[in-house]
Amino acid sequence: MTDATNNPPRHKTSLHTVDARTKRRNASEARFKMYGMTAILIGLAFLAILAVSIIRAGTPAFTRTVFDMELTLTQAEFEAAEKQLMKTKAYQAVFIDQLSAKLTEQNVQVAFDGKAIDRLLGKIGGDLRAHYRANPGDLGKPVQFTLPASSRVDGYFNGKVTRDTLVDSRFLEVSDLDLVDALHEAGIIHSAFNWTFITAADSSVDNPGGAGIGASVVGSFFMMIVVLGLSLPIGVAASIYLEEFAPKNRFTDLIEVNIANLAAVPSIVFGILGLAVFIQFMHLPNSAPLVGGLVLTLMTLPTIIISTRAALKAVPPSIRDAALGVGASKMQAVFHHVLPLAMPGILTGTIIGLAQALGETAPLLLIGMVGFVAREYPDGLAEGFLNANSAMPAQIYTWAARADSAFYDKAWGGIIILLIFLLTMNIIAILLRRRFERRW
Amino acid sequence: MYDARHTEAQVDQTETKISAKGVQVYYGDTHAIKDVDVEIADKTVTAFIGPSGCGKSTFLRCLNRMNDTIDICRVQGDILIDGEDIYDRRVDPVQLRAKVGMVFQKPNPFPKSIYDNIAYGPRIHGLAKNKADLDVIVEKSLRRGAIWNEVKDRLHAPGTGLSGGQQQRLCIARAIATEPEVLLMDEPCSALDPIATAQVEELIDELRLDYSVVIVTHSMQQAARVSQKTAFFHLGNLVEFDDTTKIFTNPEDPRTESYITGRIG
Amino acid sequence: MSLIWLLGLVLAIAAVGYALGRTRALSSTNGDIRKLHSLPSYYGANVALKSAIPALLVLVVWLVAQPLIVSGVVSSDIPDSAIPEGSSRGLVMSEVKRVAAGLDGAVAAGTMSASYAASAQADMDDVTKRMRDAQQITPEALTPEILTAGQRFRAMVAQGKWAMTAVVLALAVAGAFWGLRESHAEFRARNTVERVTKVLLIAAASLAILTTVGIVLSLVFNTYEFFTMYPPLEFFFGTTWAPSFSGRGGSSELGIVPLLWGTFYISIVALAVAVPIGLFSAIYLSEYAGPKVRAIAKPLLEVLAGIPTIVYGLFALLTVGPLLVSIFGKDGFGWMQSGTAVMTAGIVMGIMLIPFVSSLSDDIINAVPQSLRDGSYGLGATKSETIKQVVLPAALPGIVGAILLAASRAIGETMIVVLGAGAAARLSLNPFEAMTTVTAKIVSQLTGDTDFSSPEMLVAFALGMTLFVVTLGLNIFALYIVRKYREQYE
Repeated sequence: MTDATNNPPRHKTSLHTVDARTKRRNASEARFKMYGMTAILIGLAFLAILAVSIIRAGTPAFTRTVFDMELTLTQAEFEAAEKQLMKTKAYQAVFIDQLSAKLTEQNVQVAFDGKAIDRLLGKIGGDLRAHYRANPGDLGKPVQFTLPASSRVDGYFNGKVTRDTLVDSRFLEVSDLDLVDALHEAGIIHSAFNWTFITAADSSVDNPGGAGIGASVVGSFFMMIVVLGLSLPIGVAASIYLEEFAPKNRFTDLIEVNIANLAAVPSIVFGILGLAVFIQFMHLPNSAPLVGGLVLTLMTLPTIIISTRAALKAVPPSIRDAALGVGASKMQAVFHHVLPLAMPGILTGTIIGLAQALGETAPLLLIGMVGFVAREYPDGLAEGFLNANSAMPAQIYTWAARADSAFYDKAWGGIIILLIFLLTMNIIAILLRRRFERRW
Repeated sequence: MYDARHTEAQVDQTETKISAKGVQVYYGDTHAIKDVDVEIADKTVTAFIGPSGCGKSTFLRCLNRMNDTIDICRVQGDILIDGEDIYDRRVDPVQLRAKVGMVFQKPNPFPKSIYDNIAYGPRIHGLAKNKADLDVIVEKSLRRGAIWNEVKDRLHAPGTGLSGGQQQRLCIARAIATEPEVLLMDEPCSALDPIATAQVEELIDELRLDYSVVIVTHSMQQAARVSQKTAFFHLGNLVEFDDTTKIFTNPEDPRTESYITGRIG
Repeated sequence: MSLIWLLGLVLAIAAVGYALGRTRALSSTNGDIRKLHSLPSYYGANVALKSAIPALLVLVVWLVAQPLIVSGVVSSDIPDSAIPEGSSRGLVMSEVKRVAAGLDGAVAAGTMSASYAASAQADMDDVTKRMRDAQQITPEALTPEILTAGQRFRAMVAQGKWAMTAVVLALAVAGAFWGLRESHAEFRARNTVERVTKVLLIAAASLAILTTVGIVLSLVFNTYEFFTMYPPLEFFFGTTWAPSFSGRGGSSELGIVPLLWGTFYISIVALAVAVPIGLFSAIYLSEYAGPKVRAIAKPLLEVLAGIPTIVYGLFALLTVGPLLVSIFGKDGFGWMQSGTAVMTAGIVMGIMLIPFVSSLSDDIINAVPQSLRDGSYGLGATKSETIKQVVLPAALPGIVGAILLAASRAIGETMIVVLGAGAAARLSLNPFEAMTTVTAKIVSQLTGDTDFSSPEMLVAFALGMTLFVVTLGLNIFALYIVRKYREQYE
């Protein structure tokens, strides 16, 4: 290129031909745009992968394999079995006889022994004995038994255990799978919805099949009542003061700075606060949903205050002027006019804040709300707040930290439940905003 | 000063630089420019005047396809520069804008040093071979922008630290640095005080020797002072286009006359 | 439980007061509302507020102060001779409290009678045995001094409880009468109620300050306690983290350096994922994307921010970890031992931070005035040249602020590192090794045992203090930068 000062060469160029430099620049432009698009796609891909792995890994928690068969035990058989030294063995023998008969009837040919039944169904003899001892009236009548199969059989149906990967052990042998297939074909073993997972409490470490999220859902529920009951009124009161009454002074500034910073303090620090203030200092009970709720309230308040102030700010000053103009006091103007108009926005913000609190885990671990304390449902209202319990995310954490990988299914399943709650709350928030949103 | 400029204004009319035929502009459903024909001569200052919202700025932004950056804007009709249709599919707006520079209503220096502000255009268009070359371009542009003496000692100070008038001249110098052939100015003095305005107007008058300058202004006095040709826009129509002296002394269209005399706008 | 009853009673008195106040005000004008200064409900509210607020205030103060006073009195009564060599008054006091709790438990479980628990002549071994029968924690060797102090402690707590109930109820009733006396037509009930309401509003707003004070105090006191047991220099500069699990004893090494390194390393990996993806997403969304793409992509990305961190933790542990092992583990490059590693936690944390970086940057890029972009386009710059050379430099301070905020998030993040990063504290450069962080160790030191006297537990407060100071510093600095940036374009 010649000296641009004397002889500008570009004056001769035609606009209709794109010169080499412009081509290069346009190529770099296209590249840059592609980077941006790639970044978005990567972000969305992560979201998709996350969603797929949650759904894929979480659905097994909602099904379990059950053994479903009609059984008849006569009075004579019952008495004979009760006279035996190994009573459960005798019940098992009866069971095996009837099962064999059923299979022959259906033309299914498979060999099995008592050990195999033990591996697939656990101590079935004990279950039968317990049933008939409790319900002697069922003797001599056909009774439909629905019994859960062992977690390894569950794994076989979910595809986690296959014939190729299975190593013979006291839990399951490859030959048992033939029996499982045969029983499946005969319609005796099949998958069913796992109500236990929804309704039960946490189980002991060696019983993944009996673990359920029910008790910790209740724990979360009581915590959310505390959070809602405290953070909504306090948050609204604080916002009203800051937005409508606060004079511009040092004290107000101090509050503002505090709120902004608290919103960014790591959640675990709130857990430390809860442990030190509520448990160490105030001696409130360990692991209580009340304490969890208090901690989450302090954590959620900044979020609620920020969104409530935005909602109050969105109410035009003319409304206030109108109320003041007819002789209302400032307090009346705010409580009778501004607050009701801002309510949809406040509620939306509160629901989103609650959703955040519902998913929070770390502070709960510090105040003792770990999963394994959620062993039973609380008996009443006060116990709901004060008795040791867990919460959904903490329960999920406990399952994830356990050694038995069968609990991982439960953890993923728990995540699906948790996300269903969060999704519902967010949808309510969105609908609320759509329904009541007002443009001034 | 006024008179001196006027005598200069009597230079010979040169060939047509920009020629627009049947230009229509739509913003979404709004018809912003209605069937405008105009011929803009080389080495002249052409002023677009008219009440606010009349479409004069919109039309100006069509001339270097700045309207492309607005999604909802559609342009129809032909705009030719040196006989070439700038809305032709082969035209790269980037190349076009190097040829047709623009100065905006509000001074908008980049948050960089004065030097880097000027060097920005030459750098992206590859006009300088080396640093020395670039130094020459920067100095020359700042001199032509009539701001060299004020900033030569602080070329590496931020451009945002200058006064409003200096900032606008810096922006003009920045536009000149890419060696454009046409210079579009969108109300360049509306954010400036009278003294800065005078300096910028003087500068525009000098630039006429090398460039075809198109200036949008809401000030009729300014149009009369700096331009040789004047176009009057009203409600998206080009009402009248003629020599500046003619428009201001003897307008043909009654709407022009009402505007000049202050009855509309 | 009695506390809930007390609370209920106070509120019931207030409610009755409301109804009475309203009626009394109305009857003072023979039911003519117009002759009242304020609406009747304000007279009721006046009574309710006057009965409930002082009572509840005293209740709260009492609940907070009583344990402090009782501990102080009992502690000062313990003779110096009762404090064993190498122990401290504080340690003895926690024994005393444990004994008191043990006695309570034993009485509740029925293994001793209330009078036996309070008797001064009790035999040490018998008391210990009865407490053990009730499954209470007992001290190793119960001394008469400790037992006496424990009994004193119990007695004072019980007395305090009765006194509190009496005082609070009396206050509630007295407040109600005070309010009722005022309930006549001339009284400016509305003004009074509004004044009180305003004070309540101010109190609610001040809770933010109180929370901060609470955080700082709870950290400072326990950290101080920790430093009386463990030298601060070794804590801040020690390069080994090896708490002993048996509790007491000087065998623990509690150096924070490996934890800080793990925190730092994981945050760097997270930012290395989140910043480019987030920043480019923000650039694309704000500069290139049409309104339709923006309306879909932006909320979808923000979903990532709404997902609870436990979900990310599980994702790291069970999906990303095994995936990385299959690539970098012994079947692949052989760099990685197990699924939990700096990389695992860092990448997942990065995913979590993407929307954080992108929406903040998006706001900041949008705040760059359009006139700068026009100026650049007017000179013939392409979009990418404009972004790289004009928009981003102009937005730089704000973007730096956004990244600092994201960094503070990464440092304070807990569940992802607890599940994804492993538990081993080590100083290593290999990102495929397991490391641990400050937050993960706070969780592991504080979960389960709540014995506030061992350095192994108290160290968590020193860790929390460090975490709080670092994140607070980052936040204040970042918010300052962002605010300065916003002001520049306003």
